Amino acid sequence: MDTGDAAWVLTSSALVLFMTPGLALFYGGMDRTRNVLNMLMMNFWCLLVIPILWVVVGYSLAQSGDGALLGNLDMAFLRGLGITGEDGGSGLLTVAFLGMFAVITPALISGAVADRMKFSAWAIFAPAWLLLVFVPVFKWVYGGWIGDRGALDFAGGTAIHVNAGIAALAAVLVLGRRRGWPSQGHPPHSMPLVMMGTGILWFGWFGFNAGSALAANGQAIQAFMNTFLAAAAAGLSWGFVEKFRDGHFTNLGVASGIVAGLVAITPGAGFVAGMSPIWIGLATGIICCYAVGLKNRAGYDDALDVVGVHFVGGLVGSLAIGLFADPAFFGGEFMAGSFYGGGLDLLGAQALGNAATIVYSFAVTALIMLALKATIGVRVSDDVENSGLDLAEHAEAAYSTGSASLAGH
Amino acid sequence: MKLIIAFIKPFKLEQVRDSLKIAGVSGMSVNDISGFGRQGGQTEVYRGAEYEVEFVPKVRLEVIVTDELAGPTVAAIETAAHTGEIGDGKIVVVPVEDVVRIRTGERGADAI
Repeated sequence: MDTGDAAWVLTSSALVLFMTPGLALFYGGMDRTRNVLNMLMMNFWCLLVIPILWVVVGYSLAQSGDGALLGNLDMAFLRGLGITGEDGGSGLLTVAFLGMFAVITPALISGAVADRMKFSAWAIFAPAWLLLVFVPVFKWVYGGWIGDRGALDFAGGTAIHVNAGIAALAAVLVLGRRRGWPSQGHPPHSMPLVMMGTGILWFGWFGFNAGSALAANGQAIQAFMNTFLAAAAAGLSWGFVEKFRDGHFTNLGVASGIVAGLVAITPGAGFVAGMSPIWIGLATGIICCYAVGLKNRAGYDDALDVVGVHFVGGLVGSLAIGLFADPAFFGGEFMAGSFYGGGLDLLGAQALGNAATIVYSFAVTALIMLALKATIGVRVSDDVENSGLDLAEHAEAAYSTGSASLAGH
Repeated sequence: MKLIIAFIKPFKLEQVRDSLKIAGVSGMSVNDISGFGRQGGQTEVYRGAEYEVEFVPKVRLEVIVTDELAGPTVAAIETAAHTGEIGDGKIVVVPVEDVVRIRTGERGADAI
């Protein structure tokens, strides 16, 4: 394989890996001091168990073969993926690169179930969800029936963000509300952690989106530019909605907007160009800012707004491809969006792909959670929830700087 | 001897400390505390949701002084911690029965 391509995709893989610790800090800062380590560990758990599951069967089921619904086991245990053959290791590199996406996708769900899910239940949920939900949907979108209909998903709007976002909704509906929610507030314990996590996510997202060209080429450059602009535009519009609606330009609003913009540009990063990422970002920041308020009206306790940011942001971005896709710019073979002379065909394909993902992911996620609830249980006891999951689940405390002599440090 | 306890705004601590030194106070203890008084709590807004933070941060300081120094000490704190805004805090003066310096065993005013 081309050495430039190999260098860029290797670099991108490391960038995407870094997003999971970044996500952990983004979520951890929004959590309370007594649950922050549990939040970090839910994310790091994905970094431990998913890579192994991915090379054993995950990648093969998600990518090998011509099946419209599911892959086969031809590449299970990395079978046939060498470095001396004709591809020079590019197959192995793709396993590594996509493995980073497999790690972060279930990790996204952790923000919704924060503060009350048993760690043992999460430890089973994450790999089970990967195999039963992520893997088939990934195959449908990249090499299965959704992709065959011309639906576009450059770096994982449908396969990752809509998928994980709607799964988060199903998970919290089974899990139930945090004690005291919504009457009792659960404000973030450390906004600096949230801002640092946001920076790491944005940095890593250049690998996520521009790396998804799987080559060091022009499409990667445009995906990079789109990632740059959409995040800035969405951070700006979310911040200003809060300024005009609530009175202040907040750090959390800006951070949420940046992440929502990154989510929204993910599916179209290699298909839109020019000023389109700015329009997509501006719209996403406004829509998602209002979408996070839905949970209070509908009564589902999505603790850190995975639904409002990832599901809604992913859906907005995926449908926006139906308007903004510009095959002429890329010299590509894909359908054009409505604004570029393509009519409504692409928008229809995008809507169908997302609708199927929403129905399947919601239903199967709910079944996994119900099965866990009926067997090992999904919720910690009221006492543990009140005293915090860090101590009860991990025997650790995040912060012991307060009274050094009393804490024994 | 008097124990003087003051609850002040955290950002006023340095000014209060400097004034107490000028007034002749030889030592003090300080804690970060949280509480509420007439000022009440404060409102924070995250993703459009308002949170009432019931307890606001204050600094509590303790000074032990001789009876003669008690008046000037209270006056120094009162002047240095004053902003005129709600939430400036309180000063409490308590009589002290005895004081012991652990190192030397001195008692009473000599131990201050």
